[in-house]
Amino acid sequence: MAMSEPSPVARAGASPKREVIYRHALVVRATHWINVVCLTLLLMSGLQIFNYHPALYWGNYGYRGVPSVFSIGAERDPTSGEPVGVTRIAGLSLVTTGVLGVSHDPERGMVARAFPAWLTWPGEGGLGLARDWHFLMAWLLVANGGVYLLFGAFSGHFRRDLAPAADQLRVRHILADVWDHVRLRVPRGEAARRYNVLQKLAYLTVVFLLLPVMVLSGLTMSPAVTAALPGLFDLFGGRQSARTIHFLVADLLVLFVLVHVVEVLLAGAVNQMRSMITGRFVIRPRVGP
Amino acid sequence: MSLRISRRSLLRAGSAAGASLLLSGCDGVLESPAMRSALDFGQLVSLRVQRLLLSEQPLAREFAVKDISPQFPLNGTAMPSGFPYFQMMISQFASWRLTVDGLVRRPLSLSLDEIKALPARTQITLHSCDEGWSAIGQWTGVQLSHLLQACEPMPNVRYIVFHCLDELERTPDRSGLYYESLDLFDAFHPQTILAYGMNGGPLPVAHGAPLRLRVERQIGYKNAKYVTRIEAVETLDHVGRGKGGFWEDRGYQWYAGL
Repeated sequence: MAMSEPSPVARAGASPKREVIYRHALVVRATHWINVVCLTLLLMSGLQIFNYHPALYWGNYGYRGVPSVFSIGAERDPTSGEPVGVTRIAGLSLVTTGVLGVSHDPERGMVARAFPAWLTWPGEGGLGLARDWHFLMAWLLVANGGVYLLFGAFSGHFRRDLAPAADQLRVRHILADVWDHVRLRVPRGEAARRYNVLQKLAYLTVVFLLLPVMVLSGLTMSPAVTAALPGLFDLFGGRQSARTIHFLVADLLVLFVLVHVVEVLLAGAVNQMRSMITGRFVIRPRVGP
Repeated sequence: MSLRISRRSLLRAGSAAGASLLLSGCDGVLESPAMRSALDFGQLVSLRVQRLLLSEQPLAREFAVKDISPQFPLNGTAMPSGFPYFQMMISQFASWRLTVDGLVRRPLSLSLDEIKALPARTQITLHSCDEGWSAIGQWTGVQLSHLLQACEPMPNVRYIVFHCLDELERTPDRSGLYYESLDLFDAFHPQTILAYGMNGGPLPVAHGAPLRLRVERQIGYKNAKYVTRIEAVETLDHVGRGKGGFWEDRGYQWYAGL
């Protein structure tokens, strides 16, 4: 293996100096940051809405007393009398005092609430205001997503930047990329000119699977939308199933964002942030093994 | 080159605005009139888009008897307080009457038996609470459109208001009495009924006896219980605190199709 790879000197020889490329189009950058705002507020207002009925079910109906697949609650410790946060996932009970079920509120001290105050938006103002925020941000997300999808389709962004190249789809290449990720090794030099294959697959999954499922499962909770499109009930297996999937996919999006941010930090926070703000991305020559 | 500079200065201005927004605190943003009008704009978009989707007036899905949920949670009032309601309840609502008035040519006053004698519609539907839970129930009642046609609303009528017997919040000015309102688009929908029967029996007190509204394409709180008076109006400004419903007066959406 080592023999077939070009020497570091030869590799660096192709681009011995740092090079600045124009990486992200204006539309991609603008929609990216609008998405940051939308998804953050959607998550936080969504958690506030969830707090009014912190349990998830499967099927069309679900309410207190119906077996839930996931729930967050507050109970009283029988011996000390102290409130205890309890999170239940499929028969498993976890004590989550401090974060889930019972948490600290800046004004009222320890309170019984499913998700803590620092994770919810807009805090005070109740369910009606949280719903207002959630739906406004949902419309913004849909409009923003529409602009991005049109741009991506017609500018060649999807074909050029997101579709994996033929060489990236070879099993050997994918495995090597997985191994690079495991070792937290980020592409340098020529390899940094394009997204790596796992990165492309992650973006494609978010754009074409997770976000559409998010929107559709959200719409399935709307009695007006399901009157017009009753097939949504069948697609998700009922209103409560759609709500559960909505919550689950939101978690996957949070996971994506966490990994995304870690990768940005690993790959060079300044360079990555600059490229997503001004579009300009620096390719550094690859030196060393 | 100048373009790049201006873009950069734009970014600087943007981040300065963002920073000042953060510094002024969340409350400032929340309570700003601009934010409120943005949220109202979102409500308007939801209404317009959903009305477009519903322009053919489709029916909400109706379920089979086997789909009815074992229980039906109750929200709001479980039993209206006060002696008059209690008296009506023990006499099985024999003295109760429904008034239909406001901007109508023929005001109506109907007893429960008279309402039950009208053509009935039975529907098994999904009830969705804005809190997140949902339940399936069977409802039997008279279509609201039937009563509206009988009372001959005037041409300037835009909303139908449902006044209720239960006081959900005690206030000196009695502004805590439950009420709700629909526009004509939902009022004349075939599944918008005034129900006196639930799951094959009479409507229980906890679910709004003797008469409650079912509006199947909107969220739970639109389905007013203990309806006693139906009023046809041109504007909602003079009813309650002017927002079209008990919860609407307390910050909830008037249009609750989602």
